[in-house]
Amino acid sequence: MQQFIMTLIDGINLGSVYALVALGYTMVYGIAKMLNFAHGDIIMVGAYTIVVFITRLSISVPLAMILCVAFCALLGFVVEKLAYKPLRHATPLSVLITAIGVSYLLQNLALLIFGTNRQFIVRFIDVGNFNLFGVSVSGISVIIWVTTIVIMIGLYTFIKKTKLGRAMLAVSEDKGAAQLMGINVNRTISITFVIGSALAGVASILYSAKYLNVDPYTGSLFGIKAFAAAVFGGIGSIPGAMIGGLLIGLIEALTASYLPFNLNAASDGFAFVILIIMLVLKPTGLLGKKNTEKV
Amino acid sequence: MMSMAKRLLVLTFALVFLTLGFVGCGKKDTSGKLVIGGTGPLTGEASTYGTSVKRGAQIAIDEINDAGGINGIKLEFIFEDDEADGTKAKAAFEKLMDNGMQIFMGTVTSGAGVALNEAIKNEGLLHVTPSASQIEAIENPNSFRICFNDVDQGKAMAEYIYQKLGYKKAAIIYNQDDSYSSGLYDAFKKRWTELGGSISADTSFAKAATDFNAQLTKIAGSDADFLFMPIYAEKASQIIIAANEKNIKLPLLGCDGLDGILNYLTGDNAKLVEGLIYYTPFLASDPSEKVQSFVAKYKAKYNLEPDQFAADAYDAIYVIKAAIEKAGLTVEDTKLTAKELGEKLVPVMTQIEVDGLTGKITFSTSGEPTKSAKVAEIKDGKYVAKD
Repeated sequence: MQQFIMTLIDGINLGSVYALVALGYTMVYGIAKMLNFAHGDIIMVGAYTIVVFITRLSISVPLAMILCVAFCALLGFVVEKLAYKPLRHATPLSVLITAIGVSYLLQNLALLIFGTNRQFIVRFIDVGNFNLFGVSVSGISVIIWVTTIVIMIGLYTFIKKTKLGRAMLAVSEDKGAAQLMGINVNRTISITFVIGSALAGVASILYSAKYLNVDPYTGSLFGIKAFAAAVFGGIGSIPGAMIGGLLIGLIEALTASYLPFNLNAASDGFAFVILIIMLVLKPTGLLGKKNTEKV
Repeated sequence: MMSMAKRLLVLTFALVFLTLGFVGCGKKDTSGKLVIGGTGPLTGEASTYGTSVKRGAQIAIDEINDAGGINGIKLEFIFEDDEADGTKAKAAFEKLMDNGMQIFMGTVTSGAGVALNEAIKNEGLLHVTPSASQIEAIENPNSFRICFNDVDQGKAMAEYIYQKLGYKKAAIIYNQDDSYSSGLYDAFKKRWTELGGSISADTSFAKAATDFNAQLTKIAGSDADFLFMPIYAEKASQIIIAANEKNIKLPLLGCDGLDGILNYLTGDNAKLVEGLIYYTPFLASDPSEKVQSFVAKYKAKYNLEPDQFAADAYDAIYVIKAAIEKAGLTVEDTKLTAKELGEKLVPVMTQIEVDGLTGKITFSTSGEPTKSAKVAEIKDGKYVAKD
């Protein structure tokens, strides 16, 4: 029983990291209607800023965290301005390819600057372990759970309640109509990106605090898992990203622990098999809205 | 449409890059010298091994050249980064051939080595790998290795743990994507079950994995009395840190890939590997004069203690030297091609005996070395010999 609870907690820990990344993914998709494949790589860049600020320059931890989020937001702004904005009226496919290009660009920049060696990060958030149902849970994992839930609720209320949030919703529903209502569509989409990248910054802090290392490909693996999580939950849906992330994490942990044969490494693949089955049964994902195309 | 100015700019850039590409291709003057080439990971997760090999070999090369060479033949050493990757190793090998390589001292890792098998067969040159331990890494008749192979190592470790340490229930974590790791795993598991040992937790991970919690939970929940890690030191260090967070206090055991693990564990984390036992052919704390002289030179030059990879490479160069002497090569022979030299050197390899840093080495016709092994333990943050 203890073993089972421990496995569940492993799954929730892993899943909340996926959920955290998936939130940013899904928000950008929900509003700008584009898959920002570079989202995971912005997290990787964020983790490198932690390496530079904390391990190399020994800046105080709270300041380093603020700088990390600010840097990611700025990076998101620059990427959006240079790569995505010129393609505002292009086909979704060109935007998608551009996003993949940006992803490779960021990975290779990291390779160029830091080399292929994994960079190790000193433990900068040390909160010890918690005891939960007789199972020890690392404090940083608990911080990740709480942050993910807070961000999910915050994002949800921001979009539903604030003027800017509602402008974002309007843009996502009909760009043309939103423009006619006096919403600056271009600016709204840019702001969406900046917020999404700032979220990636938060995710990178928590990622670094949990795993204490980063290499140039860190973001791509987490990016793909988080993308799967977002699709699982219904891409565009904020609570869906949360549920999708947790489910993928749980499936991975449970298959790694309880498959009758030694296929731990295949537990990655298992999550995707379940994703495919789910998409066949419910193509919009768990909480996705059905969009009827009007001709 | 691109403007004229833009087109000109693009054209200029293209020309500049083209020219830059050609500049690197000039061949060095190597008359009177034998060119030994090597590849290994100088960057990436196996970079400590490649760096050590390059350094260890350089010390041997310098010693030989300072003493006047071999029958007047001076050695030239060129080394390329292969990032422990098959495709990169192929490119690196081609580059070495272009630069006049006549004898190949590589690769450092098995996966990269196996990828070169066809090229090594075609070139027909003498090939001595310091540390590629997979069986297939020396499948060519012109290939030899200094280190033990995975099967012998996995078997020896199973016997040592079962018979000497008396543990009976194993927990294993290995890398499914890596031929070195899965080779050791298969050999260990086979011998372990033959001996009568049981496996309480059999876990693995994929190359890109960063999270090992699911595997560790399985291990924590098992009744294993030790954790066997036939993997490389970098991943092992991450797993050991995560295992500590899960309060796993099992004795840690591994193979030669764990050598150098202290480089990855700084501060308090270094204490986590106290008592870790691994299999190694070389220990810098060995009191013999030969080893101490090498350690002193290595420390003076690189300000670091040499590991087994440095020692393997040092021995590899002396094995090549012994072969050159046995074949009676002269300065004239330095003009021979890699293939012609191979035809002279390969047949004498089974006749030489080298008293190296990693033991007295002789070779079988299959290219495997015969020498004795050591078991090492980490004590007070140092690698020491264990009976």
